[in-house]
Amino acid sequence: MNYTAIILIPLIPLAVFLVLGLFNRKIGPGVSGLVGVGGMLVSTLLSFYTAFEYFMVLGKVSGAYPTLVESTVWMNFTETLRIDMGVLIDPISVMMLIVVSTISLMVHIYSRGYMKGDEGYTKFFSFLSLFTFSMYGLVLATNLFQIYIFWELVGVSSYLLIGYYYTKESAVAAAKKAFIVTRFADLGFLIGILLIGYYTGTYDFETLNNPEGATLTHWAPASFMGLSVLTWGLILIFIGGAGKSAMFPLHIWLPDAMEGPTPVSALIHAATMVVAGVFLVARLFPMYFFVEEGFALQIVAFVGAFSALFAAVIALTQTDIKRVLAYSTMSQLGYMMLALGVSGYEGSQGLGYMSSMFHLFTHAMFKALLFLCAGSVIHAVHSNYLKDMGQLRKYMPITHLSFLVAALAIAGIPPFAGFWSKDEILVAVYQQNTFLYVVGIFVAGLTALYIFRIYFGIFWGKDNTYEHRPAESPASMTVPLIVLAVLSATVGFIPFSEFISPDRAGFDAHIDIPMAITAVAVALIGIGIAWMLYKKESGLATRLTDRLGVLYTWAHRKFYMDEVYLFVTKNILFKGIAAGAAWADRKIVDGTMNLIGNSTVLFSKKIKGMQSGRVQDYAMAFVSGTVILALLFIYLWTS
Amino acid sequence: MDILSLFIVVPLLTVLVLLTARSLKQARMIALIGTLVQVAMSVNLLFAYLRERAVSDELMLFTRDLVWFRDFNIHYSVGVDGISVALLMLTALVVLAGVFISWKMEELPKEFFISLIVLSTGVYGFFISLDLFLMFVFFEIAVIPMFLLIGIWGSGPREYAAMKLTLMLMGASAVLLVGILGIYFNSGAGGGPLTFNILEIAEVQIPVEAQKLFFPLTFIGFAVIGALFPFHTWSPDGHASAPTAVSMLHAGVLMKLGGYGVFRVAMYLMPEGTLHWSWFFIVLATFGVIYGAFAAIRQTDLKYINAYSSVSHLGLVLFALLMLNKTAWNGAIIQSLSHGFMTALFFALIGMIYERTHTRDVTKLGGLLKVIPFISATYVIAGLASLGLPGFSGFVAEMNIFVGAFQHPEIPYRIASIFAVSAIVVTAVYILRVVGMMLMGPLKENSITPMEKATWYEKTGILLMLLPIIGIGVAPLWLSEMILESIQPFIQGVL
Repeated sequence: MNYTAIILIPLIPLAVFLVLGLFNRKIGPGVSGLVGVGGMLVSTLLSFYTAFEYFMVLGKVSGAYPTLVESTVWMNFTETLRIDMGVLIDPISVMMLIVVSTISLMVHIYSRGYMKGDEGYTKFFSFLSLFTFSMYGLVLATNLFQIYIFWELVGVSSYLLIGYYYTKESAVAAAKKAFIVTRFADLGFLIGILLIGYYTGTYDFETLNNPEGATLTHWAPASFMGLSVLTWGLILIFIGGAGKSAMFPLHIWLPDAMEGPTPVSALIHAATMVVAGVFLVARLFPMYFFVEEGFALQIVAFVGAFSALFAAVIALTQTDIKRVLAYSTMSQLGYMMLALGVSGYEGSQGLGYMSSMFHLFTHAMFKALLFLCAGSVIHAVHSNYLKDMGQLRKYMPITHLSFLVAALAIAGIPPFAGFWSKDEILVAVYQQNTFLYVVGIFVAGLTALYIFRIYFGIFWGKDNTYEHRPAESPASMTVPLIVLAVLSATVGFIPFSEFISPDRAGFDAHIDIPMAITAVAVALIGIGIAWMLYKKESGLATRLTDRLGVLYTWAHRKFYMDEVYLFVTKNILFKGIAAGAAWADRKIVDGTMNLIGNSTVLFSKKIKGMQSGRVQDYAMAFVSGTVILALLFIYLWTS
Repeated sequence: MDILSLFIVVPLLTVLVLLTARSLKQARMIALIGTLVQVAMSVNLLFAYLRERAVSDELMLFTRDLVWFRDFNIHYSVGVDGISVALLMLTALVVLAGVFISWKMEELPKEFFISLIVLSTGVYGFFISLDLFLMFVFFEIAVIPMFLLIGIWGSGPREYAAMKLTLMLMGASAVLLVGILGIYFNSGAGGGPLTFNILEIAEVQIPVEAQKLFFPLTFIGFAVIGALFPFHTWSPDGHASAPTAVSMLHAGVLMKLGGYGVFRVAMYLMPEGTLHWSWFFIVLATFGVIYGAFAAIRQTDLKYINAYSSVSHLGLVLFALLMLNKTAWNGAIIQSLSHGFMTALFFALIGMIYERTHTRDVTKLGGLLKVIPFISATYVIAGLASLGLPGFSGFVAEMNIFVGAFQHPEIPYRIASIFAVSAIVVTAVYILRVVGMMLMGPLKENSITPMEKATWYEKTGILLMLLPIIGIGVAPLWLSEMILESIQPFIQGVL
């Protein structure tokens, strides 16, 4: 393998970030756009080159794809624990390189059109580069601490980009919320790392994940409340992953994150950063699978399934198209977690793992496309809301067709990409747990329904009278749409199972015909309902929502999760604990200090009269002192 | 003249020359040259130290010993290890930055710079002392100018703040003096003469009962200046009234004397006392970490926010020291350095914002990124560094502390450690609150008037603080190795 090429992949965006960030005000928009896109292009080519070399030239070594590690010591903690910085090349990290570089390149190109004329243009590209660098670092990490470091860095890039329109109060609040919620989840992640590091004596994925290694053969070095400490560690790490991947109940930041510019939503909050949690569980999959017979993995499966359902229901009721897509992302991420949660380890048992990664891959393509299409629409009508859209297919043909491809892909209609990956997921779930399968297939129907609801709402539906006639976006925006549409239509044919499986050996996956037919039928039903309700403007949809009454209101208000959080943060933490601490500090702690000070002053005021300078007073004091002492001595003498 | 005594002689010479200054221009030029020489000396010392360390395994290098008071066996005894070298560099850089930040000090400039440099002399002396008595003298030299600096150049209720700060620190000194004398009178336990010399006392086993008695006195005596809860309340008021450069020096350097003294004197000389009392102080320190962070959330004055943030961050230093292993100790030292640069940077930025908007109330400010982009962007970076973002020094320090703390598998330790770790969330809350209210958001009344962009001397001052933060954060290996090496003998002493 050519390590220079691999190391350059993250370093190029880093260099772009530094150049654009430091000379922010000296570089014009034309140059910064070119530098950004150019850097990304080179980095993408290198990623594809690496993938080619890894899968095609190097290939399998003794029946399995090898793990290649190249690293250097960054900091030593103890004799055994240290942080390394390096690159780890294995099937999933190479796959992630492809995902990150492709989507990032498309978003860079798209942003040249979308952000045109924005005063922070150069700053925007520098932040995008910072994000891309951090994301590369995350997927290439060789150890838990390195992944944590880049995990935090993608978090901060996300913060900076959500708050990009920083004079808008709502954007500032959304950025803050995203950072703090994920930071709270990262607290779990960090404690998990610290626990696992202490009990296993290493942070290296290589050592931790080795099925024959000491960690996985002796997975209970100590236990707490009946569970192995390693299980606790893995659950805590999953909390970190759930925060980034917007799993219930840590999802509340993701819909608000849509305050960021739309290309950012496509790159960070749909295709790459939010899958970091899924990637993390996949990265530690052998640990999740072997420690305590996969106890922690069960939690992953159920949280994933619940999030998928929960988000799909909310997505049905939202009117802001970006928010619909955000909940859709959460729902699809739930699928990926679910698939990981039910996966086995060896051979075709690893279908869940494989399908999760497959879905991650296809989802990145079609969800980025959906967001970029939404961006194109928003660019044209200057609104995020469905009520301001309708009949746009007449004005924006390229956007319309691209959106349709993406919608078919996410709905799981063959031969588009989403069909293949979602089908594998459902098969994997069916083999493990019928209940979860029912949830999965139901969500598949909901997915088709909510996505075609907005599809019809945007491109068909009512005939809005537009103040400015909407027009198709410029080529810089439509070219990425076309590229991603082609990808969304075709990547499903990649024989993923040959490249990616938990034991690295690869296996043959077949389409299960009855399962596929069921899934497609359910999706078609969903599309059919959407067609009936939303293709033409009719009172049907409103009547239905009225009939559903409180159920609809609950879903529309996102099951009041924001209100719950607001109560906890505002009333309990802010007004309760923080205000309490601040008050106690001034009144009690400092009050005590002041009391000591004041009573000293008071005391000295009282006694300062003693030094009056009058001889009579001194004589009086002298005499009475002598008398007291004399009495004391007599008393002591006699007793 | 040996390399260490220069750190006392050069500042004093600077002070003497400053006495001749006739104007602000002259005064700041002299102060600048003097402090530049100090930075050069500290860099030189660093390289000399690394060279010497490679060939010597003495505990302290560049030692020098002169008898001062023969009757009490008090010596002028100096020497350094990696820890003191790092702290000396911090001091030199912060003082230099302080001079840049005070470039426009119109009011009694000569006297201001004299006080500032006298203060730094005390700090230098403290870090190089190997004799407890000498150390104590320098401690007092560092604290006294504070009274003048706040009382004369301060703002707001400055007399109250100056008096409170001085009285609390003097009270602590009194307790500390008892502790030091206790150590001194027990230093003959091995049969030798009574001594103040740290290295000699370390060879002697002080009687356990004496350790149990004098450890808390020494610990508290030092820890008050390190903002140990509940003895931290001098700090918010003191900072709020102090002029910018003084806040920088005070929070950046002076508060570090606490952790350093605890480490070098209390824990090193009284290991039994440390073990006996560690629980009590772990509880106080952990509480301080969380409490300071929560109290910071509620403040509206920028300086109060930063002061409470210091209570939290320095609580972490004491917490780490009490974890009694070298990883945590390494973290404590790096946290001292990191907090020094960060908090000095914060106070410098707060000063600049105050100069332009005439308020430090975050609720009255908004959208500053638009009006003063350089200062605001630096504030964001400083904030991110302060909340422990990787790539900045705070992360390196905190991770060492947490990994060290997690080396104790017992449940009470785990609980304390988890509390301490959870401060990373609360810290994020108060930092982002300020960033969101003051720098982002719509412009408010105080931010609308056209403002002067950052001047060259302000930028220089900022970079002097910012570059070390990034440097340590990106490439921590050499610093952490240098400190670890110096910790090694101490860990053998204590455990």
